[in-house]
Amino acid sequence: MIVAEQKDIAEIIPMTEGYQNILVIGCDTCVTVCLAGGAKEVAILACSLRLAARARGKKVQVDEISIERQCEKEFVDSLQSTVRGHDLLISMGCGIGVQTIAEQFPNLPVVPALNTKLLGLPERQGVWVERCQACGQCILDKTGGICPISRCSKSLLNGPCGGSQNGKCEINKEIDCGWHLIYERLKSLGRLGCLEEIMPAKDWSRSRDGGPRKVIREDMCL
Amino acid sequence: MKAGSRLEKLLIQGEFVATAELGPPKSADIQLIKHKAGILRGFADAVNITDNQTAIVRVSSIAAGKIALDEGLEPIIQMTCRDRNRLAMQSDILGAYVLGLRNLLCLSGDHQSFGNHPQAKNVYDLDSIQLVQMAKRMRDEKVFQCGEEIRNTKKSDLLEPRMFLGVAANPFADPFEFRVVRLAKKIKAGADFVQTQCIFDLPKFKRWMEMVVDQGLHEKVFILAGIMPIKSPKVLQYMKNNVAGMSIPDELIRRMEGAKDAKAEGVKICVELIQAVREIPGIRGVHIMAVEWEEIVPTIVREAGLWPRPEVAAE
Repeated sequence: MIVAEQKDIAEIIPMTEGYQNILVIGCDTCVTVCLAGGAKEVAILACSLRLAARARGKKVQVDEISIERQCEKEFVDSLQSTVRGHDLLISMGCGIGVQTIAEQFPNLPVVPALNTKLLGLPERQGVWVERCQACGQCILDKTGGICPISRCSKSLLNGPCGGSQNGKCEINKEIDCGWHLIYERLKSLGRLGCLEEIMPAKDWSRSRDGGPRKVIREDMCL
Repeated sequence: MKAGSRLEKLLIQGEFVATAELGPPKSADIQLIKHKAGILRGFADAVNITDNQTAIVRVSSIAAGKIALDEGLEPIIQMTCRDRNRLAMQSDILGAYVLGLRNLLCLSGDHQSFGNHPQAKNVYDLDSIQLVQMAKRMRDEKVFQCGEEIRNTKKSDLLEPRMFLGVAANPFADPFEFRVVRLAKKIKAGADFVQTQCIFDLPKFKRWMEMVVDQGLHEKVFILAGIMPIKSPKVLQYMKNNVAGMSIPDELIRRMEGAKDAKAEGVKICVELIQAVREIPGIRGVHIMAVEWEEIVPTIVREAGLWPRPEVAAE
């Protein structure tokens, strides 16, 4: 899932400066699961903005709503009537949600309340970790199901660098060395031979480096 | 002969080589480069010119390397994968070659979080193994990474950069058993010589070398053992606690603590290590990494019985 975290309120308040009728929009999918932008977080942020406005002696109306998925136009379109009368939309969705709202409501400003952090999973209660960087050319078959692009700090493709020690990464003793994990996993699978092959230079044009990407399924197009 | 560098010739000649390191300055200080080059001249067969080491901005390794060359040194240009994509790397390899530089050390590079621009975007378009592979193909197949021939027009001559290619190897990093596999990969990718991480833990280094020799890797690549002179026990302790991929025995720290003159003891340890690694089958030289202590290199080289340095034999 997409994991995000809320921006500091001190960063959000200036974005609301000059607006009187604000709608805070949550998303019930990924960011609800990672406790960043669901209905509960919408309520808390709206409340904080009201208090902040009051503290500055300003009269600001802050309304709340949360929709199923901010990343689908159909769900965002359902906001048509709710949005009416508001002069600022605050999205508590991921970066995709913010942009879908911007596209659907071209005449209204929309600002982000979250920083979109990673594609990952909850490791334990309150902790989310990265697992994929959407590089566009999956090599997990060669690396024992552990991704070196997202889990090695240098995205190396041919094994751990000289900074791997006791299973940890050189940049921080809290971070597992991705390649150490790959090594151990392939060892337990009896497939260490995989690591002797030189992995060729990656085609980054399939990643973000090729410009904004698009997936087209001709068979599914209408 | 692959590149015909002085370093390559001396190694082929069978000399026990001594390389050193020159760290370029953190300002536009040409005098410091010349000064350091002057210290090392005559005491090292080739000198690594570091590439923004520990991710701190310095004079570029190629620019400093050219100055060192003009000062009479044989530079080994270090190139990390952290700061350049494949276009910039190949352009710099061509650039280094046209400036007369003939040795290239291919490295992953320290992560930018260690340096003075931790907010920088790192590159790692290629890793160090893919970098060696690319530089070897440029030299031997005369093609760029994309497969295009290295020539100006279809009718022009092929004019490829011919670099003697080095890599680093860290016998002290983990997983230990993978370290020899990684070296074998680097050799397969095209490494001509290897400089190891600095050795403090001699028994572990010997175990690694036994594995290297068992696989016959020492016959495919010239291995130079990394030696680092230490000024004080504090430095050793700091490295033990903070530098990943190092193995520093406590007894060495105690020895430094017990010394009346720590610097002299550091030199003594260095000389002993050089003499010890010289006896290890498969070791073809030493790489003396006197980080920001270049002036100690002549003393170490002399005391280790490595002076005067050999000349390339007349053909």
